[in-house]
Amino acid sequence: MATTELPTRTNAGFKPSRLWTDERYRGVLSQVVVVVLVALALVWVGGNTQNNLENRGLELGFGFLADPAGIGIGVSLIEYDSQDTWLRAMTVGLLNTLLVSAMGIVSATLFGFAAGIMRLLPNWLISRMVATWVELTRNVPLLLQIIFWWSILLSLPTVRETLHIGDSVFLNNSGITAPAPIFEAGSNVVVAAFVLGLVGAWAVLRWARARQAATGARMPAGWIALAVVIGLPLAAYFAAGQPIGWDAPVANRFGRLRGGFTVTPELVALWFALTTYTGAFISEIVRAGILSVSLGQTEAAGTLGLSGWQTTRLIVVPQALRVIIPPLTSQFLNLTKNSSLALAVGFQDFVGIGSQAQNQTGQAIEIVFSWMIVYVSLSLLTSAFMNWYNARIALVER
Amino acid sequence: MKAKYLTGIAAIAGLMVFSGVANDAHAATLDDVKAAGVLKCGINTGLPGFAYTDDSGKWTGFDVAYCRALAGAVLGDADKIEFVNLTGANRFPALQSGEIDVLSRNTTWTFSRDVDLGFTFIGANYYDGQGFIGRKSLGVTSAKQLDGASVCIQTGTTTEKNLADFFRINNISYEAVPIETNSEARTAYEAERCDVYTTDASGLAATKSTFDDADKHMVFPEIVSKEPLGPLVRQGDDQWADIARWTLNALISAEEFGVTQANVEKMAEGTENPEINRMLGSEGSLGEMLGLSKDWAVHAIKAEGNYAEIFDKYVGPNTPLGLARGINALYKDGGILYSPPFR
Repeated sequence: MATTELPTRTNAGFKPSRLWTDERYRGVLSQVVVVVLVALALVWVGGNTQNNLENRGLELGFGFLADPAGIGIGVSLIEYDSQDTWLRAMTVGLLNTLLVSAMGIVSATLFGFAAGIMRLLPNWLISRMVATWVELTRNVPLLLQIIFWWSILLSLPTVRETLHIGDSVFLNNSGITAPAPIFEAGSNVVVAAFVLGLVGAWAVLRWARARQAATGARMPAGWIALAVVIGLPLAAYFAAGQPIGWDAPVANRFGRLRGGFTVTPELVALWFALTTYTGAFISEIVRAGILSVSLGQTEAAGTLGLSGWQTTRLIVVPQALRVIIPPLTSQFLNLTKNSSLALAVGFQDFVGIGSQAQNQTGQAIEIVFSWMIVYVSLSLLTSAFMNWYNARIALVER
Repeated sequence: MKAKYLTGIAAIAGLMVFSGVANDAHAATLDDVKAAGVLKCGINTGLPGFAYTDDSGKWTGFDVAYCRALAGAVLGDADKIEFVNLTGANRFPALQSGEIDVLSRNTTWTFSRDVDLGFTFIGANYYDGQGFIGRKSLGVTSAKQLDGASVCIQTGTTTEKNLADFFRINNISYEAVPIETNSEARTAYEAERCDVYTTDASGLAATKSTFDDADKHMVFPEIVSKEPLGPLVRQGDDQWADIARWTLNALISAEEFGVTQANVEKMAEGTENPEINRMLGSEGSLGEMLGLSKDWAVHAIKAEGNYAEIFDKYVGPNTPLGLARGINALYKDGGILYSPPFR
């Protein structure tokens, strides 16, 4: 019975005034109040939405996704025709968002690392030039930069004055056009050889590193890996009887190039702007990361006889990465979300096609909801991957 | 005691919930507009002739004139307007959510917008149709010869679907170059990013009027769709829809009866024609039936004049747009504008 006596004793002293005078009760009370208010706010939003929908005679539902979209789409990674459904149109938009985000993340990272390192070089001219560029791009709204690049690209030669390299690569203000590969029967052998080459290259690099760690002997593993990646599919290509052909672009009577593949100025403008803008932020993160590695590390590397480049690559950057990765993640997320500014120049990304769908079907709530779901998922996936990578490269304390 | 406090909080929050919902349940737009003392009117972000800023920075144009007439009818002062500039994509959510009281933004009256989106179109103030503009140097004289062309198009409009349909029916192909706003679509067209630009014929005339080399461009003869443009309001407030509809009818009737901005006050004192008298309030009580003052139509017409005056001032033959009245003439002049009687 001793267990029941304890609560009885504490409860005996409970008075309502304790709810705000006693720190413990106050903490609980304030949390309860917040939870209740949040819940009520949600109920209010839900009820109000439903009420207004009923008043206006509107119905929620994703049935519209099965209706024909009836809109044209300029850039599509998959087959699309104006008679396809909204679901397919939205998928095209999602793939376009993924495309420009992936392109942007890769290029902004490379750009940012290069700029961050260059800014720290002792060369006054280079470091000042990079600093000017960083300050300029960081402080101008991204939307303006997208439109700026778009205007620059639109001032390229028109279709009637197309620049071209032979009959294969064409450049004008409607984009850059090049032959597209046509995969005929038997081409999957080549693709398989390419994948095999990648795996082989990875194995070679890994083995070379293990050997160097064990024996100290070095070998040109990078070149060997490259030879494997290129050589294997090339050999397979000829062995299988050259199953990959080329679809060359041909100009029609308006000078418009049809066939091949075209990278439009809208995509390039968006990609350039995202790269330089996010790259500027990344360069500052990289600079901060490098500066966080103590000078003693560089000096110690110098004492061991490592060259400047080796010191940067083997000593400084691996240690700086631990500082760089977390803020880098948030730049990746920003880039993905910023890519929705594509709308301004008419590159049809997920938001662009969503707003077209919203306009044609009037299903605003459903579409805004799917935007939220998609961007939250993309952000969480990116974060999860970067957290995994961060954990992998984190300093292992023994 | 603790339970008592919580009940209190819940009760207050509950009240907030239901009062909030109740507020929206019976929205009488007329009362809201009168209480606010200002009419919130949704207009274009900029379309020469229809909605643009004049030299003094004031919004003006064919669509804006309707807003001013409506503000005159409801509030007695055509300047009591808050203009909300809307793109093709955000105009409908703005009206649905109550951010604006009326949308006067060259918007096509279609079945699905009228029925499915929960709007009421109060009539057409401009009967339009979709056309194409292209450079004469293309060597094309008809839109049907556009196989393989790149077409600039403004997104979020009925024209997107018309375009796809037109090319499908004629079994020809095109490359869509979708752009969000009219001004950027124009930039792209001028830079020859695309061969032709498509939108409503009135919009093409408006766009062409701003080109430096307007004579190097031509509007193709094909009109590929019916685009009755008109103002619209939220569905479910019949009184407000009636006010908006009869304000437009008053402008059209005023042209028919020869009531103008200059003579409307004199005619309001009484004329030989009982229908003019009923419309302008010297006979009968039509204004009261709408919940407005007796002289509502006088203020509406005084704002910018009758339909013909508005048309001529902003889009007519003597403006840069140079649009002919065409089917937008009164029925007795061979057009299809026809106002029901004020009786």
